[in-house]
Amino acid sequence: MAETQILDEDELALRQPPESPLREFWHIFRRDRLAMAGLIVLVLLLFAAFAAKALTEWTVVFDPATVRLVDKFKPPMSAASTLLPAEDLPRGGIYLLGTDELGRDVFARMLQGSFVSLSIGFVAVGISIFIGILLGGLAGYYGNLRIFRLMTVDTLIMRFTDVMLCFPTFFLILTVVALLPPSIYNIMIVIGLTSWMGTARFVRAEFLALREQDFVVAAQAMGLPERRIIFVHMVPNAIAPVLVSATIGVATAILTESALSFLGFGVQPPFATWGNILSDGKGYIFDAPWLFFIPGMAILVVVLAFNLVGEGMREALNPKLRRRT
Amino acid sequence: MSSPALLEVRGLKKHFPVRGGFFARVQDWVKAVDGVSFDVYPGETLALVGESGCGKTTAARCVLRLIEPSAGEVLFEGRNLAQLDSAGMRELRRDMQIIFQDPYSSLNPRMSIGNMIGEPLRVHGVTGNGELERRVSELLEIVGLSAAYQRRYPHEFSGGQRQRIGIARALAMNPKFVVCDEAVSALDVSIQAQIINLLNDLQAQFNLAYLFIAHDLNVVRHIADRVAVMYLGRIVEVAPVEELFNAPRHPYTQALIAANPVPDPDVAQEGQPLQGDVPSPLRPPSGCHFHPRCPQAMDKCKEKYPDTTAMSETHSVSCLLYES
Repeated sequence: MAETQILDEDELALRQPPESPLREFWHIFRRDRLAMAGLIVLVLLLFAAFAAKALTEWTVVFDPATVRLVDKFKPPMSAASTLLPAEDLPRGGIYLLGTDELGRDVFARMLQGSFVSLSIGFVAVGISIFIGILLGGLAGYYGNLRIFRLMTVDTLIMRFTDVMLCFPTFFLILTVVALLPPSIYNIMIVIGLTSWMGTARFVRAEFLALREQDFVVAAQAMGLPERRIIFVHMVPNAIAPVLVSATIGVATAILTESALSFLGFGVQPPFATWGNILSDGKGYIFDAPWLFFIPGMAILVVVLAFNLVGEGMREALNPKLRRRT
Repeated sequence: MSSPALLEVRGLKKHFPVRGGFFARVQDWVKAVDGVSFDVYPGETLALVGESGCGKTTAARCVLRLIEPSAGEVLFEGRNLAQLDSAGMRELRRDMQIIFQDPYSSLNPRMSIGNMIGEPLRVHGVTGNGELERRVSELLEIVGLSAAYQRRYPHEFSGGQRQRIGIARALAMNPKFVVCDEAVSALDVSIQAQIINLLNDLQAQFNLAYLFIAHDLNVVRHIADRVAVMYLGRIVEVAPVEELFNAPRHPYTQALIAANPVPDPDVAQEGQPLQGDVPSPLRPPSGCHFHPRCPQAMDKCKEKYPDTTAMSETHSVSCLLYES
């Protein structure tokens, strides 16, 4: 009987070797040109950041800290002065992105800053996603559990989230950073601890919807442990909006760090970040416009790239947009 | 029905709190299921029928303890489910499974078919790794799908195929009892027939007992051995399927069967259809819940909820017309 069965198109498509979900994601993502442009920028940035770590700290090819008072405010692409001692000369004898008010090489400083920006972005978002999934998941899955007969777990967690949202986050961060010793780790942690609320709300909303879905009921009916239901069956279905908001969150964290450094509460000089290069440059807007233009453009491009990639991922992760082939 | 019942349900109740006001105090209770009792014997199909919102699904989910019942007992092979700890309950879940109405929400969209069907096997540690894939292939073939579909994802399948996958998943642990929660209601008529036949074949093959929830009486007549009719959280009549269709006793059952369309244009619709809607289970009518809509209502119907009267060994009805 099976031989005489007429196969319709769906049936034939199903017989073909399957395409992995990752490949399918990539197929859809690739069609979005803006997202691809963003992704290319981010990949380049990632390379630059790791190269920067290697070239400015481990083997000093570009030295962000050398002060050359003879070469103050050199515009981009200008040659180094002949008066400089040999060990102070920039690589190739040329300042790619000019120098600042102390004659430090802006290119080297930008490289150093790119690593700081990226690591702050990723670590802070890592912290905020962890807290967000944990609290959102608890509120969504165990929401109806009552504690002290007064309120539910859901009420407790979500009201706390609301309280956190009520704080003007930036001023909270400013206060905390002013009290703590200024270090890059403190900034990562503080940004992470104050930016999980959106994720928690996303995850809770997803969990509330998922908990009513039959496949979660089926998992319960099969006697799976709760741990497995939550992490194997529910989290993967709730993760798509979280990933999207995380991508955009990285951009926000980079902006926050820049703003903190700009105000002088961030990573302390002489260590360069995009924020404090911008901050140093603001005094010389008319004399040396490249000093604020370069870090400003860098922040703009990277934040834009993260946002575009986030949008592209949102589209590509939407299972309804997936094609069957 | 001489063999002992596989499942005995006694006085099952589920009351949902209605919260509101300050600190979400309980203000009222929705009596979704209000004292339901029935038995399911090994290898038989008991159909649970009734209008939307009468508590069929809630009752079935309480039986599986997917919803915690408010009161009453559920005994599976003589063991009381309410008294089992979580380990014992997990053990028992192997024997009782559920098939859902909506084939679109019943499959995890991010899990391949093979993983999904293999999930209970893996968690309960029933089979080794090599064994697992073989068993999953076998299950897929039992429900009429190709074993080559294992690495496919649910969105690649049609509704009927998805329902087959849901059935394969339910069968994975070799259950003795399966709740079919409107398992064919969401499907096209032609696919419905296929799935019903599949369910019938599986029942014969594995000696499954079904609790078949439905509101399509033609489907029920085709698949069920016995039928329990529910109205507003209570069972009003239980009878073998032919007896129920040929000689319904409860006025509600009579109305339901009269309202069932007959696929013959020459047969005139007899009797008059029921008037009004199902009352709110928040505030059910006094006495017999059915009296405001009952064509044979008497004065005493407003005062007393009828006890269950046994018409014969297999036929019981809750109506004051038959109470002596």
